[in-house]
Amino acid sequence: MKDTARRAIERAARDSRSRLLAFLAARSHDLAAAEDALSDAFRAALETWPRDGVPDKPEAWLLTAARRRLIDAARHAKVHAEATPELLAALDDAQSVTRDDAHAFPDERLKLLFVCAHPAIDAAARTPLMLQTVLGLDAARIASAFLVKPSAMGQRLSRVKTKIRDAGIAFEIPRGDELPERLDAVLEAIYAAYGSGWDDVAGADPRRKGLATEALELGALLVRLLPDEPEVPGLSALMLYCESRRGARRGPDDEYVPLSEQDLTQWSQPMIEQADRLLRKAEHMGRLGRFQLEAAIQSVHAQRARTGNTDWESIALLYEGLVRIAPTIGARVGRAAAVARARDAQSGWALLQQIPEQAVAGYQPYWALAAHLLDRMGRGDEAHAARERAIGLCEDAAMRTYLVRQQD
Amino acid sequence: MKYSILIFDTPETASRFHGPEGAQYMSQWQPFIKALTDAGIYVAGAGLQPPDTATTLRFNGDKRLVQDGPYADTKEQLGGFYMIDVPDLDTALEWAARTPRLPGQAFEVRPNLIPSGKQ
Repeated sequence: MKDTARRAIERAARDSRSRLLAFLAARSHDLAAAEDALSDAFRAALETWPRDGVPDKPEAWLLTAARRRLIDAARHAKVHAEATPELLAALDDAQSVTRDDAHAFPDERLKLLFVCAHPAIDAAARTPLMLQTVLGLDAARIASAFLVKPSAMGQRLSRVKTKIRDAGIAFEIPRGDELPERLDAVLEAIYAAYGSGWDDVAGADPRRKGLATEALELGALLVRLLPDEPEVPGLSALMLYCESRRGARRGPDDEYVPLSEQDLTQWSQPMIEQADRLLRKAEHMGRLGRFQLEAAIQSVHAQRARTGNTDWESIALLYEGLVRIAPTIGARVGRAAAVARARDAQSGWALLQQIPEQAVAGYQPYWALAAHLLDRMGRGDEAHAARERAIGLCEDAAMRTYLVRQQD
Repeated sequence: MKYSILIFDTPETASRFHGPEGAQYMSQWQPFIKALTDAGIYVAGAGLQPPDTATTLRFNGDKRLVQDGPYADTKEQLGGFYMIDVPDLDTALEWAARTPRLPGQAFEVRPNLIPSGKQ
């Protein structure tokens, strides 16, 4: 009995927590209050289910309990007293949807994702907010991944939720003209959880460690919720291509293995095939975008597992397109690396030098690539200085060791 | 805002200083300090000799007590520190994460006291 109840609660927490939260928050417009109410509901379930048995519709039970608590909380908070009738009305439809079928209550997580990446919210807070509300990650874990003091992360998240409530940020799916830009912010926030595309440049620094699985999960969720926007499968494809090489990135002694030397048998073929399918699906929609281009670049790399070589001309061409629509430093450095492979080191170096020095002062992959190209051009002293800079800026221990070895 | 990054060693990490791994580790420091200097944020820093070289001085009222060894009798001992001048804690943590490291070391990031009358 106890075990059955516990398992039911765990299942509900895993499968339905974010749907319940999105549903409640979309109606109360108060994320923090909805989270509190839902936590209370789960706590109540832990008390009553082992005693009285698991209800027929666990989610409906949780929703009703959380709804009751939200209303109580609103009544007690005098400042928001005027909002109570409205809230009551909004939550009434929560009551009616749960009466018939536990699974009939609408999935509002897409609205929640758009709220998390709303332009009124500080860009640095968007990904942490998504991870907390949609995936239920705790602030301490998010803080570690983002290199932020945990108490500061907690405060930032609660400030953002207050802003959502007080500014009345709408829980809605943007329409028409607004959609592409708003969607881009959602995709950016998900990709920020994955980290930068580590492999395309010699010496790329993997950031945001430990959140790859979460980013893939958010990407897959968005593919289900918003199937008609090509950049959505584009992003998932990109992350899957990168993820397919995870096992090959480190050698037996945990040393860094550059893309060109990776053991191809260690690339995950199922992931590559899934990424291929997603990218094809995106391409069929006929609207090119930044993430599709980045995914396409990775798909060319992935083809090496079949053909044994890399088509650098194609990669350079794809980077050309990418730099045109999204001229980020990462894309510009990636293009220089690809052009250096496709043509010669001088051509790559010329492109690198067009990037303003100020923009790359702290950007490690730039210096790693600069060292590599300077070496190839026979400019040893300059290569040494550039590599030293790459080592100094490096965060990844395996990568640092790799660069130090090259220095000798 | 100035931050001190305190590097803590354990007997296990300290033993790694010897041998090829230690040489590897030490060779990473010069580029790191150079990166801090190039970024215009380096203030000061030092690596310390092992804790058994320490002498601890204490006072009981006016009575002096001089002891062999480090102050704290703990497994974790201060192995070195460096100080940087950066806008905020996030930036300090970003640099702290780039510190050359041996497995098992810990890095404590602490803001310096602001001298009165200064910002």
